[in-house]
Amino acid sequence: MTRADLIAVLPEALLALFALTALMWGAFGGKDRIARPLLYATAAMLALLALWIGSAGGGASTAFGGMFVNDAFARFAKVTILVAAAAVLVMGEDFLARRDLLRFEYPVLVALAVLGMMMMVSAGDLMALYMGLELQSLALYVIAAMRRDSLKSTEAGLKYFVLGALASGLLLYGASLTYGYAGTTTFAGILAAVRDSTLPLGLLFGLVFLVAGLAFKVSAVPFHMWTPDVYEGAPTPVTAFFATAPKVGAMALFARLLHDAFGPAGHDWGQIVAFLAVASMFLGAVAAIGQRDIKRLMAYSSIGHMGFALVGLAAGSATGVQAMLVYLAIYVTMNVGVFAFILSMERDGRHVTDIASLSLLARAEPTAALALLILLFSLAGVPPLVGFFAKYGVLVAAVQADMVWLALAGVIASVIGAFYYLRIVYLMYFGQEGEGLDGAMSWSQRALLVAAAAVMLVGVVNLFGIEGPAAAAAAALVR
Amino acid sequence: MTIAALAFYAFGITVVASGLLVVLARNPVHSVLWLILAFISSAGLFVLLGAEFVAMLLVIVYVGAVAVLFLFVVMMLDIDFAALKAEMAKYVPLAALIALILMMQMALAYGAWTTSEVADRLRGAPAPAPAEMHNTRALGMIIYDRYLYLFQAAGLILLVAMIGAIVLTLRHRTNIKRQDVLAQIYRDPATAMELKDVKPGQGLG
Amino acid sequence: MDELLREYLPILVFLAVAVGLGLVLMLSAAVIAVRNPDPEKVSTYECGFNAFDDARMRFDVRFYLVSILFIIFDLEVAFLFPWAVAFGDLSATAFWSMMVFLVVLTVGFAYEWKKGALEWD
Repeated sequence: MTRADLIAVLPEALLALFALTALMWGAFGGKDRIARPLLYATAAMLALLALWIGSAGGGASTAFGGMFVNDAFARFAKVTILVAAAAVLVMGEDFLARRDLLRFEYPVLVALAVLGMMMMVSAGDLMALYMGLELQSLALYVIAAMRRDSLKSTEAGLKYFVLGALASGLLLYGASLTYGYAGTTTFAGILAAVRDSTLPLGLLFGLVFLVAGLAFKVSAVPFHMWTPDVYEGAPTPVTAFFATAPKVGAMALFARLLHDAFGPAGHDWGQIVAFLAVASMFLGAVAAIGQRDIKRLMAYSSIGHMGFALVGLAAGSATGVQAMLVYLAIYVTMNVGVFAFILSMERDGRHVTDIASLSLLARAEPTAALALLILLFSLAGVPPLVGFFAKYGVLVAAVQADMVWLALAGVIASVIGAFYYLRIVYLMYFGQEGEGLDGAMSWSQRALLVAAAAVMLVGVVNLFGIEGPAAAAAAALVR
Repeated sequence: MTIAALAFYAFGITVVASGLLVVLARNPVHSVLWLILAFISSAGLFVLLGAEFVAMLLVIVYVGAVAVLFLFVVMMLDIDFAALKAEMAKYVPLAALIALILMMQMALAYGAWTTSEVADRLRGAPAPAPAEMHNTRALGMIIYDRYLYLFQAAGLILLVAMIGAIVLTLRHRTNIKRQDVLAQIYRDPATAMELKDVKPGQGLG
Repeated sequence: MDELLREYLPILVFLAVAVGLGLVLMLSAAVIAVRNPDPEKVSTYECGFNAFDDARMRFDVRFYLVSILFIIFDLEVAFLFPWAVAFGDLSATAFWSMMVFLVVLTVGFAYEWKKGALEWD
């Protein structure tokens, strides 16, 4: 074990050390009273790591015999994950504190989940992949059920746990088949076995099971059933977290596995991923229409958006991966903004999530309503906003890969999906007189909502230059 | 047929049969007991492969701890399993159909099964012969060194499991008396007792 | 390989005897025993009365907490075992990696202790 190996995982090691210290500080230094400083410290730590990883240049390197890969792709995904997690932590603080849910374990578990995601996107071996995935999932199961006295929250945690365990089982089954027929668990070794000849049938079976397991984690149709219930049941800050960082981690892992380990078998998995993409886009668009609860609606919206991100992956090209990464970064920004608003929705001191309560929001809160309008238009993919460019990117990648039908399906799904976003906008501006909202937004929620909306407008100029790093990331992955 | 082959088939049949019975048994407690049998038989299979450490781990961790926890949960939980089963029975035809399709696919696939030669070579490489090195020792030589990254990740996963178990289940009760061991040790007659001179007919005022 | 398996032969024989004996006892009970069932005789009863309740009842979640913590430490010990067996030949990295592992779990243990999870109430 050389020094170079340890230096390669230094950000991860520091985050682990931070989590341990935070746990000890919490346990010995005043329990839940210090939860608030601990939460801000965790957010600061995540932001600092993002800054560090983002500014660290350099090419690709591997550590621990290829188990850990540090390349431009991993760095792009890590920065997105870290920034999203830090933002979600900060904006949820007020919500948790006022409902007596702010326990010092929460930031520690979030930090450990983020660590798991960082390990996932850097995985260069099936075992490392599984370890990262489990570290992330286990922490997420716990925070989903964190509100122990609420039946819905515990149900959400349990559902997520049981289905997540099933997904892990599928994944492990696929991994063991892959090991059996490739003779190794390292991605480089599998790549050699795949390149060697036509894909052996055993490896194909392994690939299918691996894809099924990962589709569960990104909640792609037909493995999406848990998403609405978990989103609805989990405490809203946790839902906001679920809708952002883990999605990036899982999608990046998906891309890493398919390209790094099964790259030459592109037309084998391209079909499966294209199917997942089409099914997710349509189900996300159609099923969201009937929803009355905004958290459930956001769950279906996330299913649809994952479908679009999968379109980029299905294209199987560097352009596709680049479009997918840009899509994820934009999607996360939009979701942070929307959830910053959802967190502030309350009436008589109680958190409300039904869409009808947004009626005539524009009169009471003109700024927030305008910001939300921009974000929802962007989620729908209305042309001048950044969300449009995200969709445009993946669809162009699909067309370039001769998958015109896939791009066409994406266009149709996005038109259907626009309906339910527009319905919320309609309610906010021309809704019926009814019981509105009376909660006040905390400074962090307002700041993040307005900032996200501003990004959607200003980003049109050059997408803040994320296309460059995304292209470098894609080039590192697709060789 | 050698004894090893005989033992293999005996264990193999037991694993499959008891696995089936885990699902089919009417009484959930019986299911868990069949599960334990399945674990023990698979431990036997691992021994036949020369993987003694994994076999003993299966017995200690799975039979000794996990299965007992399962048994515990099944026996203590207030769940009407009969109603649960009736609910499940509704989906049996669909499940059977899916299983049938999967079986047919696997059977079709089996006909065209090919393996890569590279894989056989690679797979055979890592394990030293049992005569050269004891299995547990061989594992010990690589887990902590070559697989350091995974080993530390496993430690963190166990930590998350610990935090999770406590966050989700620990409740601190109020209004009960707790034993304070240190206070008991530091107690002496001077602080614990007080002599009162009670006057006749007056009591403690 | 064969040598290794020969060491396990006594256990195999023992298993065979145990299974055989169990089968013989159960089968002989089925074959030889006198059976004269009667509805009253086979019905459940509690202290002479009909059963009041279902035997299942909800138990305190603390029992689960204890057993889950037990499993976690059981696994930790499982990791220690090969390390101890190979101790003489281990590299310095391997030694220190186990120390780090133990520190991580000691942190968990300290957390448990401080939270009061090891106390019954």
